[in-house]
Amino acid sequence: MDAITDQARAELHGSAILDAIKAAAVEFILSVPDIVTSAGLLRPISRDPALRLVRVCKEDECVGIASGLSYYDKRALILIQYTGFLDSLNAIRAVAVEYEQPICMMIGLLGHEPERLPTQSGRYGVRIIEPILDAMGIAHELVSTDADVHKIKPAIDKAYAQSLPVALLIGRRPKPSE
Amino acid sequence: MMKRDECFRILARHVTDEIVIASYSSAVEWDELGARTRNYFSVGAMGLASSHGLGLALGRPAQRVLVLDGDGSLLMNLGSLVTIGAAAPGNLVHFVCHNGTYEANGSHPLPNPDVDFSALARAAGYAAVHDFADIAAFTQQIGHVLAQAGPVFATLKVERSRALTYDYPRLYAAKKRVALKAALRQP
Repeated sequence: MDAITDQARAELHGSAILDAIKAAAVEFILSVPDIVTSAGLLRPISRDPALRLVRVCKEDECVGIASGLSYYDKRALILIQYTGFLDSLNAIRAVAVEYEQPICMMIGLLGHEPERLPTQSGRYGVRIIEPILDAMGIAHELVSTDADVHKIKPAIDKAYAQSLPVALLIGRRPKPSE
Repeated sequence: MMKRDECFRILARHVTDEIVIASYSSAVEWDELGARTRNYFSVGAMGLASSHGLGLALGRPAQRVLVLDGDGSLLMNLGSLVTIGAAAPGNLVHFVCHNGTYEANGSHPLPNPDVDFSALARAAGYAAVHDFADIAAFTQQIGHVLAQAGPVFATLKVERSRALTYDYPRLYAAKKRVALKAALRQP
């Protein structure tokens, strides 16, 4: 079995991501629903009393809210779809990059084919995400399988330690708990 | 109709340790009343003052937070009214200075200069909503407005008072964000 087939057959569990988010001391989840993370992440988050879910109307609101919370060292994770990330670029440019605020984004790559790298996706919108993050100087990690989940906590810890943004790209639909 | 700087002078008499978030023309005129560590102007993108305010309010419910929004700014983030109404922070008072123009960008009119922001805030679920167009009424009631359980919304019907100088590098200086963070680390 080659590596690409392994990647296609691998799984990503929402519970593992949720554990990593909590381990990173995140208290607030700021979100517009994304079908990639809806069942496996947002639904369990909405039922979890350990996390405060703030449902927003438009993704760029999350950037302001997370920035405000950071002044008390309160950690927030922005849970959105890549389309919302693209729509929020000016807020991210100003608040996260120019003002060096610890804006942590978990971005669902709707339509991404897990057997490919995002930059090789057949979807134009997915293909341009990492190059845009690179152009903006925003650190990013791809989380496509359970083996990638270990990247989440250190990425969030680093963002808050250095007061810089980070993007965690969700490359397939996380499975909900049974 | 009121003068915005006059409203702010009256408001300032009631402000002690509140965080005051202001954008563009409101930031310029609020800043002219004197430097405060708990002033916050670095909203980054037009419209995000209310969202920063929500974050600062949710993060510490005992800390009062005032937002001095602009009308053009709020139109760019109208959804934040619904978000704030639902999140219901009791410590947030959200003012919008309504002069019907994009004052900081050449004073062009809003798409609808007469849009009823208070009606929008009321429909979005703010706990209390006020309209002020008369300085005497504002002077008399502002103490009550600030003491109410939030989220509170107040429209200030103002007219342009004078040409302003927008010194953005000074308003948005990084040292101000650092000082605010240091101040807020002490509960």
